[in-house]
Amino acid sequence: MAETSLPATPESAAAAAPRGRAYNARTLPGFATVAICAFVIIYAPIIILVVFSFNAGTTLAIWEGFSLRWYAQAAANEQVQGAAIRSLYLAGSAATIATVAATMAALATTRTRRFPGRTMIYALINQPLMVPEIVTAVALLIVFAWVKVATGHNSMIYLIAAHTAFCIPFAYLPIRARLETMDMTLEVAASDLYASKKQVFTKITLPLLMPGIIAGYMLAFVISLDDVVITEFVKSAGQDTLPTYMLGQLRRVVTPEVNAISTVILLAGAILVSLFFWFSRGRE
Amino acid sequence: MDMSTPVSEAAEAQVAIDVDRVSKIFPGEDAVRALDDVSVGIRRNEFFTLLGPSGCGKTTLLRIIAGFEPPTMGALRLDGTDISRLAPDQRPINTVFQNYALFPHMSVARNIGFGLEMLGKPKREVNETVDRMLKLVQMEALKSRKTSALSGGQQQRVALARALAPHPRVLLLDEPLSALDLKLRKEMQIELKRLQSETGITFIFVTHDQEEALTMSDRIAVMRDGRILQIGSPRDIYQRPAERFVANFIGESNFLDATLSAGHVTLKAGGGAFAVTAPPGVADGPVSVLVRPEHAAVRAGSPAGDELPATIRNVVYSGDATTIHLELGSGELFKAKMSNSTGGGATLPSQGEPAVVTIAPGAVTVLKD
Ligand SMILES: Nc1ncnc2c1ncn2[C@@H]1O[C@H](COP(=O)(O)OP(=O)(O)OP(=O)(O)O)[C@@H](O)[C@H]1O
Ligand SMILES: [Mg+2]
Repeated sequence: MAETSLPATPESAAAAAPRGRAYNARTLPGFATVAICAFVIIYAPIIILVVFSFNAGTTLAIWEGFSLRWYAQAAANEQVQGAAIRSLYLAGSAATIATVAATMAALATTRTRRFPGRTMIYALINQPLMVPEIVTAVALLIVFAWVKVATGHNSMIYLIAAHTAFCIPFAYLPIRARLETMDMTLEVAASDLYASKKQVFTKITLPLLMPGIIAGYMLAFVISLDDVVITEFVKSAGQDTLPTYMLGQLRRVVTPEVNAISTVILLAGAILVSLFFWFSRGRE
Repeated sequence: MDMSTPVSEAAEAQVAIDVDRVSKIFPGEDAVRALDDVSVGIRRNEFFTLLGPSGCGKTTLLRIIAGFEPPTMGALRLDGTDISRLAPDQRPINTVFQNYALFPHMSVARNIGFGLEMLGKPKREVNETVDRMLKLVQMEALKSRKTSALSGGQQQRVALARALAPHPRVLLLDEPLSALDLKLRKEMQIELKRLQSETGITFIFVTHDQEEALTMSDRIAVMRDGRILQIGSPRDIYQRPAERFVANFIGESNFLDATLSAGHVTLKAGGGAFAVTAPPGVADGPVSVLVRPEHAAVRAGSPAGDELPATIRNVVYSGDATTIHLELGSGELFKAKMSNSTGGGATLPSQGEPAVVTIAPGAVTVLKD
């Protein structure tokens, strides 16, 4: 199943086409120019950012030699440490809750008899993808302000709730995709072989769904780690995450310390996203 | 297995699966009546085949027996106990799925052991049974392979072993051979028969391949539009089809117009009177009769006595036999199939020439409609 549904690779498609007649975008005029421009626009600023994170000097304009001093300074900075731990804690909590919720939602929208409003539920789950983030942020700011006044409670719980909400669709989509391509007769076969409903889930559905769940978790984790807008609106004093801390720093003196932190986040994100693609392919 | 003998009490006790007036309606805007008042008793240790064209309800009946689908009406008994309300995991019935449905994240051995494991059997017993099953389907060498790394025939064997391992009382097989090529298919047909007699399990087998049904089954039920038209041994079904549809679906047929009168029929095309046993409910008068092509012989010349005059339209040689297409005196078309081993095809007249058709005594079957 998995093999046959994979799209043909460019090589095999070209090999199957008649000799020399295959359509090839690379032969179009200006193809190389456009491609190079696009890559430069995407990657040049990032490369410059990474390069200057190793600057021995204190500015972002003049290169004064290679040094790891900004990494050392960032690592020793208690505010950075606090923000980093908060970011990881927040992303970990939000991604975990979101993945559990998304798994249940995905099961409910693929492993039940059609019920009226199923399509509506699908749309509702994906609400955070459609409502502009700034709108959600303002809405949460207002609602949480009331709640904070009413309860007097002021902890990370608000950030976790907000992050969980916008992480759900990112976790939901890969999990649902995985469930939809999964052969339902496997579950029927397991129940035919004396597996109870619970055993069908733990022995068949869950193990086969695992790549989707891991992919969903990692995507949710990265999305949470990266968020600025909602965090900035929802956080209370002393609840800076790395992105909001950096935003705060940019309003004051800019040193390559920000570059160093960015580079670390970049690396973490790149690893997680690579793992996401690896898992979502299912490895079968 | 003769249907004409009354069902004795001993035979009644032999019934493993008793499908009692089961109907299945899939609700919806255009509701489908997939099964319409189906009743059949499938005997213990029987190789029973459901045969019929696509969409006639074979899979639906199998799914109801397995418990994947509740019947809309009617009852289902296993060895006399009502099982209609039991979930699939509560029924000692296993299924070999059309697409095999092997668990891709488990090895061959774990697939085969899955049922016993779920039944909570001790590890040792599971392992022993798995080894025995692997031997039974000749797959010992591939014990720890992933199922995705198996050929179609190998997957088929694993699916079979997995369904047999818990030693169910009934095994359901939904077109398990349809994905295999012809040669492997023939091999697996023999293997399935062997497994059935070795294990003593009741097999309910679904196919729309009439030849497969004839060669493998103890009894066959021919289905159409959610109903069972006829149940009988392959011989019954082939030689004494009750209806035109059954005759047409199984084997090659000539349908001729005739007149029934006092236990004899006279063909419109001539050829004298044939003694017949008319099925109940068929009155004297015009009827339709069946003659199988291999029950007729053709020779050149003019008719004498009760022989039928005909004109040769076409002669088709197919290795072991020759099929002669003729036009009878009545204008009806007729096929005769003669074995080449008896030299039958050697001295035939060619196209357009007159010929004589002889129908074997007892080869004329009166059809219900
Ligand atoms: N879940 C369902 N919902 C609605 N209609 C269904 C459903 N399953 C089967 N049917 C209908 O019931 C009828 C019988 O289907 P079934 O699958 O039993 O046929 P079959 O004899 O197994 O055919 P095939 O040889 O093609 O497998 C068909 O008309 C089919 O469209
Ligand atoms: Mg079917």
